[in-house]
Amino acid sequence: MNSTVAATHHHGPASGIGRWLFTTNHKDIGTLYLWFSFIMFLTGGCMALLIRAELFQPGLQLIQPDFFNQMTTMHGLIMVFGAVMPAFVGLANWMIPMMVGAPDMALPRMNNWSFWILPFAFSMMLLTLFMEGGAPNFGWTFYAPLSTTYAPPSVTYFIFAVHMMGISSIMGAINIIATILNLRAPGMTLMKMPLFVWTWLITAFLLIAVMPVLAGVVTMMLMDIHFGTSFFNAAGGGDPVLFQHIFWFFGHPEVYIMILPAFGIVSEIIPTFARKRLFGYASMVYATASIAILSFVVWAHHMFTVGLPLAGELFFMFATMLIAVPTGVKVFNWVATMFRGSMTFETPMLFALAFVVLFTIGGFSGLMLAIAPVDFQYHDTYFVVAHFHYVLVPGAVFAIMAGAYYWLPKWCGNYYNETMGKVHFWCSFIGVNITFFPMHFIGLAGMPRRIPDYALQFADFNAVATVGAFIFGFSQLIFLYNVISCIRKGKQASAEVWEGSHGLEWTIPSPAPYHSFSEPPQVK
Amino acid sequence: MIRTILGFPLLLLFAGSAQAAWEVNLPQGVTEISREVYDLHMIIFWICVAIGVVVFGAMLWSVIYHRKSRGAKAHNFHENVVVEIIWTIIPFFILIAMAVPATATLIKMYDNSESELDIQITGYQWKWRYQYLGEDVDFFSSLSTPREQINNSEEKGEHYLLEVDNPLVIPAGKKVRFLLTANDVIHSWWVPELAVKKDAIPGFINEAWVIVDQPGTYRGQCAELCGKDHGFMPVVVEVKPQAEYDAWLAEVKQADKAASEAALKTWNLADLMETGEQVYAKACLACHQTNGEGIPGAFPALKNSPIALGEPGPHIDIVLNGKTGTAMQAYRDQLSAVELAAVITYERNAWGNKVGDIVTPAQIAKLKE
Repeated sequence: MNSTVAATHHHGPASGIGRWLFTTNHKDIGTLYLWFSFIMFLTGGCMALLIRAELFQPGLQLIQPDFFNQMTTMHGLIMVFGAVMPAFVGLANWMIPMMVGAPDMALPRMNNWSFWILPFAFSMMLLTLFMEGGAPNFGWTFYAPLSTTYAPPSVTYFIFAVHMMGISSIMGAINIIATILNLRAPGMTLMKMPLFVWTWLITAFLLIAVMPVLAGVVTMMLMDIHFGTSFFNAAGGGDPVLFQHIFWFFGHPEVYIMILPAFGIVSEIIPTFARKRLFGYASMVYATASIAILSFVVWAHHMFTVGLPLAGELFFMFATMLIAVPTGVKVFNWVATMFRGSMTFETPMLFALAFVVLFTIGGFSGLMLAIAPVDFQYHDTYFVVAHFHYVLVPGAVFAIMAGAYYWLPKWCGNYYNETMGKVHFWCSFIGVNITFFPMHFIGLAGMPRRIPDYALQFADFNAVATVGAFIFGFSQLIFLYNVISCIRKGKQASAEVWEGSHGLEWTIPSPAPYHSFSEPPQVK
Repeated sequence: MIRTILGFPLLLLFAGSAQAAWEVNLPQGVTEISREVYDLHMIIFWICVAIGVVVFGAMLWSVIYHRKSRGAKAHNFHENVVVEIIWTIIPFFILIAMAVPATATLIKMYDNSESELDIQITGYQWKWRYQYLGEDVDFFSSLSTPREQINNSEEKGEHYLLEVDNPLVIPAGKKVRFLLTANDVIHSWWVPELAVKKDAIPGFINEAWVIVDQPGTYRGQCAELCGKDHGFMPVVVEVKPQAEYDAWLAEVKQADKAASEAALKTWNLADLMETGEQVYAKACLACHQTNGEGIPGAFPALKNSPIALGEPGPHIDIVLNGKTGTAMQAYRDQLSAVELAAVITYERNAWGNKVGDIVTPAQIAKLKE
């Protein structure tokens, strides 16, 4: 092998666009994932604003019902598969090797591939907006037969896009598991791993378990649409409810895929800014594992109204309620970590605190939704919309932002602008609550979800929610500006970055060199 | 921050007395079950508020008193088996306390036995069909809010989007069982005041029941995304005292008879076109659009279409029997012979389609037999 080539290969990044296309460096790929996710976040966000603008007042003003349905569908798909999941994979790429003392991910070339599938998958999905008949319009849960017999022709492109996203996720998950299990520094036992690494390890197993189920269900749709099968068509001996069982067998673990890494991030941040060890490390690990296991036996709580037998309703109600126990353990642990600490409130901590409070509110409404006889009233109303946005926006998204602010100085060597960070936090916090809190009320008062127009008694809170959505949406531009200016210049960060930081990633200089831990560190 | 959060449940409390536009809570409803559901909802809500006060209170306390700027020093305690067991066990018992009444209510809801009236409810894109089993009463119920109100060119009425042409009518004080199914995609029949929400699934039959003591009009909507006009298929239930219900039943049967007799009289093109336009607005316009041009890629145009301009046979066939695998429904049972004849004639002679022939109600009545 030519030694000069080998040497350049090991020193720094290649130049030009080739660096990003051919990179196998976990930091580069992490960056790609994070930017991709942010672009998708803004894209899905614009769709959300269009939806909210239409719902500002009763009557149809801006868009027609069919396009409205395309917007709700694309908003959901983009936010779940394009924004939240890639953001967590991006953070995993950047941080897991640095946290476990590994030089890179275990399978670097596959890492490149799992990222580069995504832009193609999402381009294909977004291009359906310009097709005859429009984009998918059957909701992000794409229930058959609305998504099969009655779907627009673009559904086939949607199915292939979902396949590609699934392949990308599975490869990402395999890589993360391989890295965590094989590349830990000497002395780092499993129970010494940072919680972000633990939560991602469990999440990766969830992904491997359920993404093939998603691939299976969309393939069955494809067969129904093009090859004359009747999996979900009652007239041919199939069962539309079967679709929902398979979908939610994927879908419920999926929602934990979007929240477990968030638990990990928050469990890193709170001890740092409380200057105190996490109260119950082991119980956090066990709680995460319990939540993951339980997530496989609760799927039918999304289907309480489909006419399950009584025994089925009771089983899924009890199993779902049980999830409150390990989730409670996590919240109590975070609060106990803050208790008698020495807290400061930098932007990552503010986002983490808001996460704890607002995620818990989402947890409360989740517990209410678990009660089957009452769920008959909540099901498919704005109460559900409020619930899952509380766990996903001030839940998952706030945790991602907290993580971004927390590790940004480590990534680019400069501190972000703290004042601007706080302004971003307060605008987001206020915006999120103005948007989603009133949705609890309109849901309870009887407004179904996914409707482009509504009865007059829902008008006032809808107007309020729309105002909140615009505040929240536009305040993300502050974040964008802050990140870009932080990359360009800013106060030089030390290796530790934060006074109370702890863990291997804070032992390497800031910015983290292109190749870190070429020699494994010793963990005591 | 945390104060804002704690403020919200309080807002929920005080807003209860505000005017209807700021409605914030579930309705108590008008059935025994709906009141039980409401009580369950409130109990669980208050338990959540109580837990929230404790957890957020502890957090707020730490945020205020254990901050570095106040000189707080970190006490590095961690792991306490007793505390950890306590905070695992206590929630568990709270959950059991919630599960017991919830289970009892659910068991009651599932008791579909001994109904006094059975009604089959079928969801269609985007209307409901009500069939009174054993009564020979069968009708469709669709949105009656005028398009002008939806498009903001007219002032919106009191029951905007929650009004229908033919409401479901049930007798007060009787156990009425609903058998739900659907014709095309999944719909969900929901009336909040009755605490009934059940999916209507093609090929399957679900059951639900109510006993409503209080006569009145109760409104709801389809709750499962069912396509373009999902937001425009309300449910209206009128509960009448037994005597009024009986009178209504007789009236409906009489009207049905009159409609089938109308098919026997002779109709001219102008009359059919006039009726046809009304029927078109009710049954066809949502997909094929006012101008008959449809939506490219989703719903085909009728204007200049080979079917509308060709022989009447295939045109009658597609309207009566629909087209399987598409959103085109079978209108055989949805419309009367007069309505079918009128709308087919209209489609053949509107928007520049000029076939000039008449499809007569008598012709359709024969096909319907």
